[in-house]
Amino acid sequence: MKRLILALMLLFAAPVVAQDQLPPAPLAYKQLDDPAQEAKAQRLMETLRCLKCQSQSIADSDAPMAGDMRHQVRTRIAAGEDPEAIRAWLIERYGDYVSYAPQNKPIMWPLFAAPLVFLLIAALLLRGRFRRVKVKEDTA
Amino acid sequence: MSEDTPKRSSLAIWLPLALFGAFFVLVIWGLYRPADREVVSAFVGKPLPQFNLPAATAERPGLSTAEMITGKPRLLNVFASWCVPCAAEAPQLEALRQRGVEIDGVAIRDRREDLDRFLGNYGNPFARIGKDDLSEVQVGIGSSGVPETFVIDGKGVIRYQHLGEIRPEDVALILRKLQEAQS
Repeated sequence: MKRLILALMLLFAAPVVAQDQLPPAPLAYKQLDDPAQEAKAQRLMETLRCLKCQSQSIADSDAPMAGDMRHQVRTRIAAGEDPEAIRAWLIERYGDYVSYAPQNKPIMWPLFAAPLVFLLIAALLLRGRFRRVKVKEDTA
Repeated sequence: MSEDTPKRSSLAIWLPLALFGAFFVLVIWGLYRPADREVVSAFVGKPLPQFNLPAATAERPGLSTAEMITGKPRLLNVFASWCVPCAAEAPQLEALRQRGVEIDGVAIRDRREDLDRFLGNYGNPFARIGKDDLSEVQVGIGSSGVPETFVIDGKGVIRYQHLGEIRPEDVALILRKLQEAQS
């Protein structure tokens, strides 16, 4: 039993070695006092990618860097900065990759157009089918 | 029309299978392709942001943007004592220093005693070491991990980003990038 506990403890101790020993940034886990500002910050943090654990948002991640980024976001929101300005500031540094919110750029247009194109194809196919039935009925 | 309908449908009948095959190949390719987890900074080519970091150790002064604009290209090394590859690149940084390259360090989320031990063990090739406890400068220049090394030209513009540790075979590349930053 003792050995098992020791082995388990080792299992949890290993990742600590590769991490820093500093406490998290002041606003990494502390919400802003103003609920409206905190909601704004939360909405933004949920759509920013954590660069250390890349399929999580900085709101989800416990990586120290994500904590530092949350601190940044909350500090800037508290200073009255617009969330989209903060997003743009980060995109300037990391590219569109850092944002989960789709940006309106030409590269996205095929994606937005795809549903319309498929609807159009479906309409054309259906039209052809209905017409064929009609022709058959007429000739019969 | 009744003549070519069967011919066309016999070809069309294979279309779903072909599509499925294409998707299958795509999925397998995506699964087995080595994942690219490196985030390249979009800030290369832009001037350093304004910062003024306190000293991370007693032996070296802190680091500010103004001090990095010296008219001569230099390296900005983002590192930490808790980062294993940072220890691995120490000999290469020392080799660069011996070639006359000036290197400034930004210590990410580090404690003074850990940093002193790290510098004692692996050497201290830095002219200045700034203390970045909130990853402020790291995020400010679009760096996403440790270690990363940036070539800064004489006017304080970021000219090159090296992701990960500098290996012995990378030293020549770094020297070339420093040379290019001179023009």
